[in-house]
Amino acid sequence: MSDITATVRAYADRFKSAKTRERPLSAHLKALEAESIHIMREVAAEFANPVMLYSIGKDSAVMLHLALKAFYPSRLPFPLQHVDTTFKFREMITYRDALAEALGLEMRVEINQEAVDRGVNPWDSGSQLHTQLLKTEALRAAMNRYKYDAAFGGARRDEEKSRAKERIFSFRDGNHGWDPKNQRPELWRNYNTKIRQGESIRVFPLSNWTELDIWQYILEDDIPIVPLYYAAERPVVERDGQTIMVDDERLPLKAGEKPELKMVRFRTLGCYPLTGAILSNATTLEEIVLEMLTARTSERSGRLIDHDEAGSMEKKKREGYF
Amino acid sequence: MTVQTSRADVIARLTQSGQRGVLRFLTCGSVDDGKSTLIGRLLFDSKLLFEDQINVLEKDSRKHGTAGDEIDFALLLDGLEAEREQGITIDVAYRFFATEKRKFVVADTPGHEQYTRNMATGASTADVAVMMIDARKGVLVQTLRHTYIARMMGIRHIVLAVNKMDLVDHARGRFHEIVADYLKSADDLGFETITPIPMSARYGDNVTHRSESMSWHQGPTLLEHLEALDIDSDVQNEPFRMPVQWVNRPNLNFRGYSGTVVSGTVQPGDAIAVAQSGLTATVARIVTADGDLDKAVAGEAVTLVLDREIDISRGDVIAAAEARPEVTDQFAAEVLWMSGDDLLPGRSYLLKIGTATTPATVSSLKYRVDINTYEKKPSRKLEMNGIGQCNLSTARPIAFDPYHKIRDMGAFILIDRFTNQTVGAGMIEFGLRRASNIHHHAMDVSKSDRAQIKGQKPAILWFTGLSGAGKSTVANIVERKLAAAGHHTYSLDGDNVRHGLNRDLGFTDEDRVENIRRIGEVGKLFVDAGLLVTCSFISPFRSERRMVRELVEGDEFVEVFIDTPLEVCMQRDPKGLYKKAQAGEIKNFTGFDSPYEAPENPEIRVDTSQISAEEAADQVIAKLREMGRLG
Ligand SMILES: Nc1nc2c(ncn2[C@@H]2O[C@H](COP(=O)(O)OP(=O)(O)O)[C@@H](O)[C@H]2O)c(=O)[nH]1
Repeated sequence: MSDITATVRAYADRFKSAKTRERPLSAHLKALEAESIHIMREVAAEFANPVMLYSIGKDSAVMLHLALKAFYPSRLPFPLQHVDTTFKFREMITYRDALAEALGLEMRVEINQEAVDRGVNPWDSGSQLHTQLLKTEALRAAMNRYKYDAAFGGARRDEEKSRAKERIFSFRDGNHGWDPKNQRPELWRNYNTKIRQGESIRVFPLSNWTELDIWQYILEDDIPIVPLYYAAERPVVERDGQTIMVDDERLPLKAGEKPELKMVRFRTLGCYPLTGAILSNATTLEEIVLEMLTARTSERSGRLIDHDEAGSMEKKKREGYF
Repeated sequence: MTVQTSRADVIARLTQSGQRGVLRFLTCGSVDDGKSTLIGRLLFDSKLLFEDQINVLEKDSRKHGTAGDEIDFALLLDGLEAEREQGITIDVAYRFFATEKRKFVVADTPGHEQYTRNMATGASTADVAVMMIDARKGVLVQTLRHTYIARMMGIRHIVLAVNKMDLVDHARGRFHEIVADYLKSADDLGFETITPIPMSARYGDNVTHRSESMSWHQGPTLLEHLEALDIDSDVQNEPFRMPVQWVNRPNLNFRGYSGTVVSGTVQPGDAIAVAQSGLTATVARIVTADGDLDKAVAGEAVTLVLDREIDISRGDVIAAAEARPEVTDQFAAEVLWMSGDDLLPGRSYLLKIGTATTPATVSSLKYRVDINTYEKKPSRKLEMNGIGQCNLSTARPIAFDPYHKIRDMGAFILIDRFTNQTVGAGMIEFGLRRASNIHHHAMDVSKSDRAQIKGQKPAILWFTGLSGAGKSTVANIVERKLAAAGHHTYSLDGDNVRHGLNRDLGFTDEDRVENIRRIGEVGKLFVDAGLLVTCSFISPFRSERRMVRELVEGDEFVEVFIDTPLEVCMQRDPKGLYKKAQAGEIKNFTGFDSPYEAPENPEIRVDTSQISAEEAADQVIAKLREMGRLG
């Protein structure tokens, strides 16, 4: 774990005094980067109480990186908000805390303690209820507690069909609900930021990035990510066609299940009982990207919550989940 | 055995397709022309689909598909459940794919007639428009409409995709007939390129691979064309502009201005000017988190540090000192209306251009464009999806360049001040007067001189409320008491205005707005003359009352809400109007079958069902005294 600390400290030093790049950024990444920075500055300038929703994953890593660049040499003009379901991989939490400390970030963590105390978990409660209570409800509670009027999220349009139509500035009513019929047309880079008291806007600065762009940017701009993205020997069990890591003793093993050490990595990070690993030998970024280029399974299929039913993401969005 | 892969190798492989940057295009056409299939094809053939997506696609094809047992590529695109069930796309969706030569972003916009606004939204960020035509149907009214919107939004390249060629036996003659027909109307609209391609999207013919059945087609396939098209824009060669987004002030030793360069280039040592204030300075540094730059070009997000401290804030435009943008508060623009509530000249909206936001009104609508025939037609309002030529005036001067020269300096949106919806989009064509001339001719006798002589501070006392609430009665007593105390007054009400100044106006929504606008302007002149002006008008719309409020200075507008309940007003019915409304003899009667938007924060509120008109008048005068208006 001292590895993580050293990595994020070195990373933080880059923002103390900027150094000129050795190799120019690829043309299309440069354009994507500029677009995202533009969006973030609009939000910082026009909203009273913005926040960045930070999920510790690679998309969040890129989003945070862009924000550090957007406001350089100033510090981030807004806090980060993490929703901790208490079932995240342990390494994610270690990473989160090390990063916040190294960069001097204001990291707010929200836990739905009541649901945790009641023993809500993915295997007894089912993935839907688990997500609803520990993620959606907790996020809603944080939004209400801090009265955020704008919240950055790391969603991309290439992730899923219903997201392809999502605006960059996505309007939410007083209950954080999303009404697909009531979204504002978005022209040029001229974003309408006007809202009434109690309403809020979700802002997606990575809308036009693809998964490959994210990896390429991490590679070209040397952005640290949670080591779980790299292949290593980890204890896993096979369950319903998914490879699940036994991250702690809470995961109840079914009859016949025996954790085995396998070389695996994760393409997406969330609650460990709900996140499938893939078998891989990719231990460097270069190898991950090469694997990506020949990948035949899309990113979200590693996420159990999306399999429930078609159009499920849209339903979740209406309820206030991203 | 492991293969050594260097970072440079991987990056080289990745960047192959990114080197030419990104081409953004949109597809337009009528329902069922094959847009979604075309895009699905491009995604499928560029191997961008993953196995699990293909499995879902096959499953969905069986359930919802319209292509029999074959894969229905269109299903890849329909995102939202409801529309999937209706079988139409109703919004703008963005898709991404890449070939070895280039990266692409596709805006998928619907062909449904009423969705002009979606297409304009997609077109606002696109380099190329692909016009889909069903070879059996040929050029339709919609084709012309979409072509007009593409031109209006400044798209320079058109692909005429004549689709479903398999259904017309791949006939060369039919293709040429359609192309000739299209060029008749599109040729002189000023597009840089128009490239016709015969294709069958369903089978991929001339989309990603050459068609054997159409070997007569000598030109490129769609993908070849999009890969090769040169879209370099001239905006790099225009003068430097950067609207300031955010003032970057980490500590007392650093002050920078963050923004995106929208045109031209900037280097340390360049002389710049702040467009609105005219203040000048020299660029000292161009700061980024990747080190200082020697030069920044259009599209880059940077932070400028200047050689001296001058007053700059968000909304200002930093520009090349030797070639500055125009600054004006009146200009002509093409406006596309996107709201169900009509655009009404005279009504106040918020206008956002670049990083500046200011109240604005459409001062006149010169004409509406019929985009099916390209004819200009006189009109007094714009409906949803209407396009019109307008003059606008803003509360504060704005810096701009014409839209066709520098897109980001001439593009604006209009925002409804009550709902906050984006209701219009506009492209500035030219300024109507320079802001430097608008400082009115300085008069020898000023407003404050006139007020001082009269020993009062002038104001508009705006009485609003339902018919029969008691507005005129109370206003009349207020004026009588003020006059008796030696104050100089005037009163405006329906009677002295409707018969003269506003004789030409009726009671439609547009006319009501114009009625109030004129009254506001007259009230403002009387305020300038030093008078206390009472105005009694139902004035049901918040936005019009706010418009009048903004015409005069801060505390010169006093809103008096005569808040008498509707039942009491109906019972009083002094002019018998409610009875007529109930009998259906009068339409659009406020409070009855037309809404009254009550003031949210009036300076004064009285309810004449609780107190007498005399008492109400006394309350108004007491409040005026408290506000210091009575000297
Ligand atoms: N605040 C917060 N946001 C989340 C959380 N989980 C997911 N999100 C949002 O959901 C989206 C998923 O992205 P992310 O999980 O970072 O990507 P990945 O881990 O690389 O797959 C992003 O928009 C996040 O902002 C969470 O626990 N807290």
